[in-house]
Amino acid sequence: MFANPMILFIQVMNSFSLAMNLFIIAAGLTLIFGVLRIVNFAHGAFYMVGAYLALSILGVTGNSNLGFVLGVLGAGAAMGAMAFVVERVLLSQLYDKEHMLQLLFTFALVLVIKDVVKMIWGSGQYSISAPPFLRGAVNLGISPYPKYALFLCIAGPIIAVAIWFFMERTRWGRILRAAREDRVMLNALGTDVKLVYSGVFVAGAALAAMGGALAAPRSAVDPGMDALVIIDAFIIVIIGGLGSLLGSFIGALILGFLTVMGSIYLQEWAIVASYVMMVVILLVRPWGLFGKPDEERH
Amino acid sequence: MTNRSQLAFLALLFLILLAVPFMGSRYLTELTVQVMIFSLLALSLNILVGHIGLVSFGHAAFFAIGGYATAFFLSRWQLPLGIAMPMAVLLASIFALMIGALCVRLKAIYFAMLTLAFSMLVWGIIIKWKPVTGGDDGFVGIALPQFLSSPQNFYWFTLAVVSISTALMWVLSKSTMGQIFVAIRENETRANFLGVNVRQMQLIGFVLAALFAAVAGSLMSMYLRGMYPQSAFWTQSGHIVISVLLGGVHSFVGPILGASLLYLLEVTIHQYTQYWPLVMGLILIIVVLVLPEGLIGLFRKLYTSVRRE
Repeated sequence: MFANPMILFIQVMNSFSLAMNLFIIAAGLTLIFGVLRIVNFAHGAFYMVGAYLALSILGVTGNSNLGFVLGVLGAGAAMGAMAFVVERVLLSQLYDKEHMLQLLFTFALVLVIKDVVKMIWGSGQYSISAPPFLRGAVNLGISPYPKYALFLCIAGPIIAVAIWFFMERTRWGRILRAAREDRVMLNALGTDVKLVYSGVFVAGAALAAMGGALAAPRSAVDPGMDALVIIDAFIIVIIGGLGSLLGSFIGALILGFLTVMGSIYLQEWAIVASYVMMVVILLVRPWGLFGKPDEERH
Repeated sequence: MTNRSQLAFLALLFLILLAVPFMGSRYLTELTVQVMIFSLLALSLNILVGHIGLVSFGHAAFFAIGGYATAFFLSRWQLPLGIAMPMAVLLASIFALMIGALCVRLKAIYFAMLTLAFSMLVWGIIIKWKPVTGGDDGFVGIALPQFLSSPQNFYWFTLAVVSISTALMWVLSKSTMGQIFVAIRENETRANFLGVNVRQMQLIGFVLAALFAAVAGSLMSMYLRGMYPQSAFWTQSGHIVISVLLGGVHSFVGPILGASLLYLLEVTIHQYTQYWPLVMGLILIIVVLVLPEGLIGLFRKLYTSVRRE
């Protein structure tokens, strides 16, 4: 298989494209955990809602280039707005409660969101085609490659850099990092920590929804699409380290390559291999490759 | 609830269960079998959650292992039930010993995540190991021994197994070991200073919880005459945690109430709408926000307010 550079090239590109799609989802999950210390089981459900919202927006605008952009951004905005209400009205009451209650709350959201999605859009399977400017293939020298997958390969790193820039180079990012380190101190210094928490939850949910909208053209949209994606996102953030953005980027790359390459070389056992990897990381380095150990873990 | 009132409750429950097959409704008998199995499953998880204070998000793995192993031993190896079922439970306990030894090294969220990872691993293996498990389609067509083929007899068998298991768990929870479990839940550091080997005790609790979950899985596979991969999926683990929380973790009988109510609600609501998960999700949100002590907590509040008046 390695003898054929064309096939290898396509596999590498496929891995990268999948990894970037997964990264966008995992980034939101790790952001929420990093600041709120909440493991968000509903993140997969947010991803699913994003895909359906994009579907509906495209139904109105027609499958145009502008419709696609509106679909992705609109899905993020609408999911963000819903997340804001959920966070303010319900989740915020649980911040000083046990982790378990927070975790079960997000599990309840999974159940509720899944059924609401079924009520609105039905149980059938939909598909979204790529926008006109990303249809077909482009010749990359070694081999032709689908434009949409290539677009994901480029969009992922751009989003990663944008989040990095926001976190490391802006005032808001500094406040977020401070909230991650010591929220009591941040509050004492006069920052409205409540607002920070809302913002982070909304941003994380919006990222998940945009990830879902972007995933829609390369996979089916159905009410079961959330259940495995959340486990993938968990694997990524565990590998990279809960709360670490760089970690989730690297984690996404590892899982992306394992999934695509594994499906060829390990056949159907690739999915098992990814769970083994999650187990091994948790045992050897529970804080992940790029996380920091803290007192809660040991 | 005091020990006496809990024992009285269990005794009353047992008497009611003895009467159920004589009420002449096959539907009721079959429904009660399922309620008993889910109650046993919830009780088993409560050894970890309520007594030791470790929340596993992968408990379904042992339920599934118990079920699949029973199915395999009965149908493929054609072992008699008296050997197949204990072997299945033993197998699940051995897995629990290995998995638990690794899991108890972690705490809180990381413990939940690792149990989740292991259960997904089990799920992945069930899905992919088709020659043994039947893969996606599940393991169908379990050969039951002759004496269990009538619903009546299966009821008596389930009642016997569930009652004995419950009695064992009760004795366990009131034993010295049960007290040590609670000590660990309340304050791990202090228990450690008292000379308790915390990890070892947690591991014992983990294995015991898995053992009884495997018994429940074994019963379920025989009841359904089959076992399905969904039984090991993370959402199934979530449902067990919900039953325990709904009933109330800090009492012995709480999980029985939680599992029973949840299952009866499911059956009832399914008659009107397919959106049972939505209802369950809303119930869970209410429990988490206003009733973190579960039904038992609610009863206790009602009881004290009635007494005050």
